[in-house]
Amino acid sequence: MKKQVFDLSPGSRITGKWNGRTYTTIKKLGAGACGTVFLCRSEQGDTYALKVGEDSSRMMLEVNMLKKFSKVQGVKLGPSFVDVDDWINPSGRSFPFYVMEYVDGTPLPEFLKGKTKDWVGIFAIQLLTDLENLHHAGYVFGDLKTENLLISSSRVRWIDVGGVTAIGRAIKEYTEFYDRGYWNLGSRKAEATYDLFAVTMIMMEMGYPKRFDKGSHPYKTLESKLASSSVLKPYRRIIQQCWKGKIQNAADMKRALSDILMKRSGTNSSRVQKRRSAKESENRELATLTLTAGVVFGVSVLSFFL
Amino acid sequence: MKPGRIKQILLLTDGCSNHGEDPVVVAALARNQGITVNVIGVLDDRQNGKPQGLEEVESIAEAGGGVSQIVYQKSLSQTVQMVTRQAMTQTIQGVVNKELQEILGKNQTIEELPPEQRGEVVEVVDELGESSDLEVLVLVDTSASMHHKLPTVKEALFDLSLSLNARSGSNQFSVYAFPDPKKTITKMVDWTPELGEIHGIFSKLNSGGYTPTGPALKEAVYAFAGKPLMERMRNEEDPYEETGF
Ligand SMILES: Nc1ncnc2c1ncn2[C@@H]1O[C@H](COP(=O)(O)OP(=O)(O)OP(=O)(O)O)[C@@H](O)[C@H]1O
Ligand SMILES: [Mg+2]
Repeated sequence: MKKQVFDLSPGSRITGKWNGRTYTTIKKLGAGACGTVFLCRSEQGDTYALKVGEDSSRMMLEVNMLKKFSKVQGVKLGPSFVDVDDWINPSGRSFPFYVMEYVDGTPLPEFLKGKTKDWVGIFAIQLLTDLENLHHAGYVFGDLKTENLLISSSRVRWIDVGGVTAIGRAIKEYTEFYDRGYWNLGSRKAEATYDLFAVTMIMMEMGYPKRFDKGSHPYKTLESKLASSSVLKPYRRIIQQCWKGKIQNAADMKRALSDILMKRSGTNSSRVQKRRSAKESENRELATLTLTAGVVFGVSVLSFFL
Repeated sequence: MKPGRIKQILLLTDGCSNHGEDPVVVAALARNQGITVNVIGVLDDRQNGKPQGLEEVESIAEAGGGVSQIVYQKSLSQTVQMVTRQAMTQTIQGVVNKELQEILGKNQTIEELPPEQRGEVVEVVDELGESSDLEVLVLVDTSASMHHKLPTVKEALFDLSLSLNARSGSNQFSVYAFPDPKKTITKMVDWTPELGEIHGIFSKLNSGGYTPTGPALKEAVYAFAGKPLMERMRNEEDPYEETGF
């Protein structure tokens, strides 16, 4: 489990041993448990994200997932797949790499800075829309966390499909804070509800950007954190229902969240009127987001914001 | 290929052995018996810098064909399941590589296949990781310096059971502690499919000032050998059948 750090300076050329294509690195995008991701340019001049690592099996499983989801028609689940190959480094060692669509976006926490409560719900709804598709295709996302989410053209996009697992199998990759097993709230079997729990924790994180540990009474910890966050107040009930296993699929959770947003629009309209000019630009952004999310209830939410 | 039975010893310790035979030698012996040895070195959360003696952790796992990791208490749960998983994959890959060599000759391994075929083979490996039967004997160092870490160890074992039981393959766990003045190791939990209810475990411990990792490991190998024999007799299988796939 020794981690290799790939410090390729900008302008490094990576040529595949099998397909012979060359990619030139532009900059490092990030590093994770199983590899380093670079922004790169192909010979044709297109920009992509290139991931190079050591564990060729694990990398290949990721490639298989990317390929699968490039095929799911209509909806985009994860970055699209471009190329897979091995790179022989200057000292003669072979490293697996793959190339995918570059998702040019802002990390979720950064994007959310200074935004209103409604965003929490809107994001959850967007995420749930994608999850619904993924679940229908027979998979769960597994390692759902804010690091694996980017906001790109007002749309939440997930990167890193390393944790995607066929429904019914065991979850292999997870991050404790988002894992219902860690909180004693269920198994690590790949079920739709596994992802729904992670969505509630992403919501919790919006109230507690630094996250928190489970302590000696995990459920009590969750409850008290939920109760003392004003950002999460509108969503308290639905989050609790999810923890208690009362919400079974993404569609139901999405519907419940939409109801909350609509109710808020009814009771808060006068307040919103007053803040209107100040918040106008943000609301427009929010509206675009809602539209692109394809929320069924989008129209009513829209009418509230405009 | 039908899923087989994978056998592992998981050693949790925080220091170097100082008594009896060399654990590295015993680990190699275990490996010969078809048992993989994984080792996790558990650091104190307050400890900073690498303490002495933990180099052994890596050598034991290497000789035992397994995986090693040195971690702080707070990441013990996640590490225990990751190490176990990784070692499983490693074992399966070893078997698959052997088959590849039989079919393709040369020194063909998964890594050297062209991407297309590699993509297919890793799916097979993944599927076997999901469906293989697994036996894990957990061997816990309960010497004095480990005492305050035992609650964390207990939690990590519960978590391990949670992770592995999400698979479709069956699991068997047992837990042993060492040192024990009379028998070198003490059985804490007999073979069980779940490590859910292990209250009271590690409650009555007697530890001297020595850490006989080698002898303990050897006893663990014996304890392992005894188990499938009995189980197979019950199942009326040939007790001398080769283990593995
Ligand atoms: N397609 C992409 N477009 C843009 N950025 C990306 C893309 N893929 C990865 N990144 C960036 O690289 C980082 C690491 O990638 P990734 O999460 O795939 O690595 P990893 O080794 O699987 O990490 P971990 O498993 O620890 O999450 C990401 O957090 C992200 O910032
Ligand atoms: Mg990842």
